[in-house]
Amino acid sequence: MRDKFDRPVVVVTGMGVITSLGAGKTDNWAKLTAGESGIRTVKRFPIDGLKTTMAGTVDFITVEPFSSIDLTERMADIAAEEALEQSGIGRKGDFPGPLFLAVAPVETEWPQRLEAGRAVGKTEFDFSDVLRVSGGGRFEQYHRRFMFGSVASHLAEIFGTKGSPISLSTACASGATAIQLGVEAIRRGEVDAALCVATDSSVNVETLVRFSLLSALSTQNSRPEAASKPFSKNRDGFVMAEGAGALVLESYEAAVARGAKILGVVAGCGELTDSFHRTRSSPDGKPIIGCVRKALADAGITSEQIDYINAHGTSTPENDKMEYLGISTVFGERAKQIPVSSNKSMVGHALSAAGAIEAIFSLLTLEHQRIPPTINYDIPDPAIPFDVVPNKARDAGVTAVMSNSFGFGGQNVSLILTREPI
Amino acid sequence: MTETRSAEVWITGIGLASSLGEGPDTHWNALKQRRINIDEKRFAPYIVHPWAPVNFDTQIPKKGDQRQMEAWQRIGTYAAGLALDSAGVKGDKEVLSRMDMTVAAGGGERDLAVDLAVLNADAKGNSAPNLLNERLMNDLRPTLFLAQLSNLLAGNIAIVHGVSGTSRTFMGEEAASVDAVRIALARVASGQSDIALVGAAHNGERQELLMLYEFGGFNLKDKFAPVWARQEHPGFALGSAGAFLVIESKAHAQARGAKPYARLTRVVADLAQRKQPGAVTRSLEALWNKLGVLGGNVALITGATGAEPVTSEEKTFLSLHPDYAVRATGTMFGQTVEAQFPLGLVLAALSISRGELFPPNDPTGLEVEMSKPPTQIIVVGAGHWQGEGMALVEAID
Repeated sequence: MRDKFDRPVVVVTGMGVITSLGAGKTDNWAKLTAGESGIRTVKRFPIDGLKTTMAGTVDFITVEPFSSIDLTERMADIAAEEALEQSGIGRKGDFPGPLFLAVAPVETEWPQRLEAGRAVGKTEFDFSDVLRVSGGGRFEQYHRRFMFGSVASHLAEIFGTKGSPISLSTACASGATAIQLGVEAIRRGEVDAALCVATDSSVNVETLVRFSLLSALSTQNSRPEAASKPFSKNRDGFVMAEGAGALVLESYEAAVARGAKILGVVAGCGELTDSFHRTRSSPDGKPIIGCVRKALADAGITSEQIDYINAHGTSTPENDKMEYLGISTVFGERAKQIPVSSNKSMVGHALSAAGAIEAIFSLLTLEHQRIPPTINYDIPDPAIPFDVVPNKARDAGVTAVMSNSFGFGGQNVSLILTREPI
Repeated sequence: MTETRSAEVWITGIGLASSLGEGPDTHWNALKQRRINIDEKRFAPYIVHPWAPVNFDTQIPKKGDQRQMEAWQRIGTYAAGLALDSAGVKGDKEVLSRMDMTVAAGGGERDLAVDLAVLNADAKGNSAPNLLNERLMNDLRPTLFLAQLSNLLAGNIAIVHGVSGTSRTFMGEEAASVDAVRIALARVASGQSDIALVGAAHNGERQELLMLYEFGGFNLKDKFAPVWARQEHPGFALGSAGAFLVIESKAHAQARGAKPYARLTRVVADLAQRKQPGAVTRSLEALWNKLGVLGGNVALITGATGAEPVTSEEKTFLSLHPDYAVRATGTMFGQTVEAQFPLGLVLAALSISRGELFPPNDPTGLEVEMSKPPTQIIVVGAGHWQGEGMALVEAID
């Protein structure tokens, strides 16, 4: 089957997800539609002197000793495993297509840096002393561990994806970009299937401090579960979180040919770069407007056909305002009627993984015909008159969803997901 | 699977700035003179190829923008500007607004003074749980984060030069830029896009990178030697370079009257499981067979790093194709990681457009003279730890 632009229709046949709410689609969906929060006070490292002390950490999966990159990899393993099992594609360790992996930038982490520092054996030293003790093989495993391509390389090996695996970052839009790259490869006819994974475990002290220093994080620490409040008047920043999402994409023809159950369709992808500022959106909203319009055009539908918007909805003053400007410009008066909810009110902002996690939640919304709420919505922002599906999930007829992802560096991606080919 | 249309794709812009200077003429002259720029003292015993200073104002006019970037981003934004100039699209808002951008990137510079203060306090026994919190909260510059994020090289290119169609950043060392060019080409060839900016930047004068590569024993130490002469002391000298290309469909180039340097015909990549000896040789040979090499006036430009065992395995591959002239960019430019593959493509495009291959720079005899104008140049990239790729760059009849 081909779409109205004569391209192969791209469908989803497997999904796996981990968030601060738990592992797996079943658990996540139950908690998400019950309006539960996964945000807690951080226990992983000391929080003395920090302005923000909460996050949506994934503590139920342990890696010893803790490192962000090890948990990143472990979550990707588990989410991909769930997606592949549901899809039933290929054979174990032999996935018939490429890997697109959204992953956070990698750096040597503090425990390992401190280990190298301690190996110097002096109390006053400079970096050349650290370099002198870094070689000789005693830290050899850290080279591979802190290579940017290491998680993708590991996944490619265990799941047997084909060709060169791609690790990508478009900041907080990365998860959506991974899906977009898979869609494009299938539409080009290069491949019949793609494994799109997004994973992020950035809740370590330095990354938290970096976001904190940019004044991007909520500091409403006293009630962590209430801190992420997208579209509320008293929102004050996002809450960092961890998680992973994995999707098996296939051409409709290939999925049908092997008798796979089709979970949904990726009908359209839109992308537009904002060249205004490193962290802020263009005040006229044009890049977001253009991104949303490109997604609709790519799917070949109009805004009237969208039944639900899974918002980027970070809970920062800036993002939520700009997202309203963008959506209301494109959707007109309907912007006040169409349900627009933010999963981040419950699971926090899983950064590189968010776009894929939210695409999965959008597909689950289509499957269950039930819209997850925006929780912590007690004081509406009058400047954002969205129907945010406040605090309680809602049954609704949903045939087409728009899922938005926006990131630092002017990254904007919107996906259109549908139940059936359109 | 279905076939989609495949448009001819031209390289119409090249931007290169490195340890040898900036721009096509400077690089060409340096290559002809077999010039190599190394610094053996600054980070001794480690050797680096230092960046040759440029006037950043010419490509990044606002000082405020320059201040928001660290060196790797300035290098990349500068080289991207050179490529846009070379393609004749600088400032052309209509073209830039729909131009793809695919960048290969690592991460940005750390503030080593902050790191060292923490490490020294820790070594003095100050292991109070809030030491790290306090130092990071008080000492990290807020904007440094934005100079470190991988996708902020693309972000800066968007801000400074206005490239604002798509923006994707690929990560994963040498292989990231092979894939960046592969995907950019696939999008243009299939009609998903008409024109793309693709490339990478690397700053090799960074001690935290030396540490990372020292963990794995990859740094070239004490004495410089050309890439092919490092078996006894394998390793690489980090280099600094920004290398960008503008590629576009032939139809798009002709419609705006752009002149091509060369044709970018094919890019292929794979990930060998390197635990098996000989895996890199087999992987490169398989990629070679996918390229469609005609024979005749063929040359290879490789990003071979000098690291082992990959460099020896690549030599075995090269020995299967003894008729072709080979050039290793690692000797002259060092290991520029993500930038190595686009650097090879820029030199391939330049050599084809000038009708000659630059001379060998190799005492071992592996690199031989080539007197005829090259009609096909194969750009080879085998990453120091993973990933293999190749591109076919051809003369346009």
